[in-house]
Amino acid sequence: MTKFEIRGLRADVLIGAEERQEILKGVDLTINSGETHAIMGPNGSGKSTLAYAIAGHPKYEITDGEVLLDGENVLEMGVDERARAGLFLAMQYPVEVPGVSMSNFLRSAVTAVRGEAPKLRAFSKELQEAMKGLSIDPSFAARGVNEGFSGGEKKRHEILQLELLKPKVAILDETDSGLDVDALKVVSEGINRARATGEIGVMLITHYTRILNYVKPDFVHVFAHGQVAESGGPELAEVLEAEGYERFVKAGA
Amino acid sequence: MTSIAHPELEGLGTYEYGWADPDQAGASARRGLNEEVVRDISAKKAEPEWMRDLRLKALKLFDKKPMPAWGADLSGIDFDNIKYFVRSTEKQATSWEELPEDIKNTYDRLGIPEAEKQRLVAGVAAQYESEVVYHQIREDLEQQGVIFLDTDTALKEHPELFQEYFGTVIPAGDNKFAALNTAVWSGGSFIYVPKNVHVEIPLQAYFRINTENMGQFERTLIIVDEGAYVHYVEGCTAPIYKTDSLHSAVVEIIVKKNARCRYTTIQNWSNNVFNLVTKRAVAYEGATMEWIDGNIGSQVTMKYPAVYLMGEHAKGETLSIAFAGEGQHQDTGSKMVHCAPNTSSTIISKSVARGGGRASYRGLVQVQEGASHSKSTVKCDALLIDTVSRSDTYPYVDVREDDVEMGHEATVSKVSEDQLFYLMSRGLDEDEAMAMIVRGFVEPIARELPMEYALELNRLIELQMEGAVG
Repeated sequence: MTKFEIRGLRADVLIGAEERQEILKGVDLTINSGETHAIMGPNGSGKSTLAYAIAGHPKYEITDGEVLLDGENVLEMGVDERARAGLFLAMQYPVEVPGVSMSNFLRSAVTAVRGEAPKLRAFSKELQEAMKGLSIDPSFAARGVNEGFSGGEKKRHEILQLELLKPKVAILDETDSGLDVDALKVVSEGINRARATGEIGVMLITHYTRILNYVKPDFVHVFAHGQVAESGGPELAEVLEAEGYERFVKAGA
Repeated sequence: MTSIAHPELEGLGTYEYGWADPDQAGASARRGLNEEVVRDISAKKAEPEWMRDLRLKALKLFDKKPMPAWGADLSGIDFDNIKYFVRSTEKQATSWEELPEDIKNTYDRLGIPEAEKQRLVAGVAAQYESEVVYHQIREDLEQQGVIFLDTDTALKEHPELFQEYFGTVIPAGDNKFAALNTAVWSGGSFIYVPKNVHVEIPLQAYFRINTENMGQFERTLIIVDEGAYVHYVEGCTAPIYKTDSLHSAVVEIIVKKNARCRYTTIQNWSNNVFNLVTKRAVAYEGATMEWIDGNIGSQVTMKYPAVYLMGEHAKGETLSIAFAGEGQHQDTGSKMVHCAPNTSSTIISKSVARGGGRASYRGLVQVQEGASHSKSTVKCDALLIDTVSRSDTYPYVDVREDDVEMGHEATVSKVSEDQLFYLMSRGLDEDEAMAMIVRGFVEPIARELPMEYALELNRLIELQMEGAVG
């Protein structure tokens, strides 16, 4: 049983040497393992900033609040320590690392997160199965990390890592963006396989309700102006689908 | 990660080959260079007269030639303080056991006998100070007529080949350091591969400087006869001393019709060695010459392996990789001279600079009149680990024929914050993440290396990256 708590989180984006801007203005949210929380909101509301600030991207600076994973303050950890503590971020735009093969990268990541190198044959089998589940061609293992991948291939690869690294908390940043219906289905199935263990808490950041047809959330939060503006059950997503975000955009303006 | 300057990075701290062995031979060797020193070297080797005269002529050329006014700063070289010849043992050994204990220990620690035992190489030469102290070649190759000897012995046993080829690819007066080498050369490898013989696994040589202020001037001559193939691999290390040593080799290669030669160097001299090497090959009709050149150590390296494409459809290729750490300047590149039609050349250069190091690519592609339908591709990529390091590119192109295809591409990139973040968000610590990015960057070259050298390169990258980031 894992408890992931975000309390009064405030963060600035660092724009230049002198320039910064506050994006997160006091975020409170608690996610328990086995729960899926959809974070929905208009563009520019700070959803992605929330994801990257929690993961520790150097472009963002936390100015107040805390993020606790089973009582441990994640914000005091380095980016890599957070990952090893069980935090995972599926990125919207994962970067290329040329010349590093996917299989080498995945094995290194799994070794780092699990704390010991997996047995080569067992890992190879695990990798092949996970790739098959996401309809990833076996030839991908030999390709450079994200090198020349299409948008859809990158997203599948992020979910592949989710399945291999088995985090306690997964933040999925607009994993649905740019996917066609078939790819969305494949990716959603991957997320659902990870959820099926009941040992993972998921923060699903999305702009559209489409993915929620495949990955059913337990809670829906509307994010606006750097805060959680409203929380509810899955029915809130239906309201948003019908009415849009206009009400929330205006409310904070 | 907001600070991408990584001041705590210290290349020297990670140099593994920096121990020195007892040094009796070196201690008694004389310093400085004059005619008497050259005559003495020649006499000690009981050389033929023509070689002695060539040495003396080269000495005059050395005195006359100016220091290069371009490239790296060479003002630290004190020619009067250098020991030009150090004889470490009286007799060349044919088994590792025969070597004097201290020299044997050195090669044990470097893992060379192990490599021979495991048959990773077809022949081994080990040069300690001025002379080759160990030499061995597999019998089956010897039976096929392959000659793999140290250059001093080869001169005695095959004078006719020397008269024909020695100094023909790189004449004594080619440049100041080629002149110096010709005057005082000692040791190095001589290889002759007869027609149509393919030496399938590499011949390997290992160069070690032990004496402080030592000058190592090996001379290598390789002749690959028609349709033959050979891969020669050399590695270099030296102890860390307070004052400098000089390594100034000359390598001449003749690749005859339809033959192929691959020459791989992993240079990991300690950071007090000036490494000034002239390497040049001539490739005749349909021949292929490949230079794989890794420069990791040394204080200063100036080295531009060259291929003169003399016959139609000859091919030249250089893959080079350079690491410049704190206090290091790697001024490296390649030279391709197209002298015949339908010749092609490729230069791929990758450099990594960190800790204030400087990596320069310097290259020349020349297409002479009549070398029509020639093709050349040059690609230089530099990776900067921090903001205090430097990368320069000096590509020279000289084309005297209309109908040619030339391509040049150069990139300079920094390790991006986002790449580091991505890898670290998957649990890799900062050093591991950095090493992974650098390994990926050099991968296109690492995959061309023999397996054990590729592994060694990866290990060196990891060592270099330890504490590389703050």
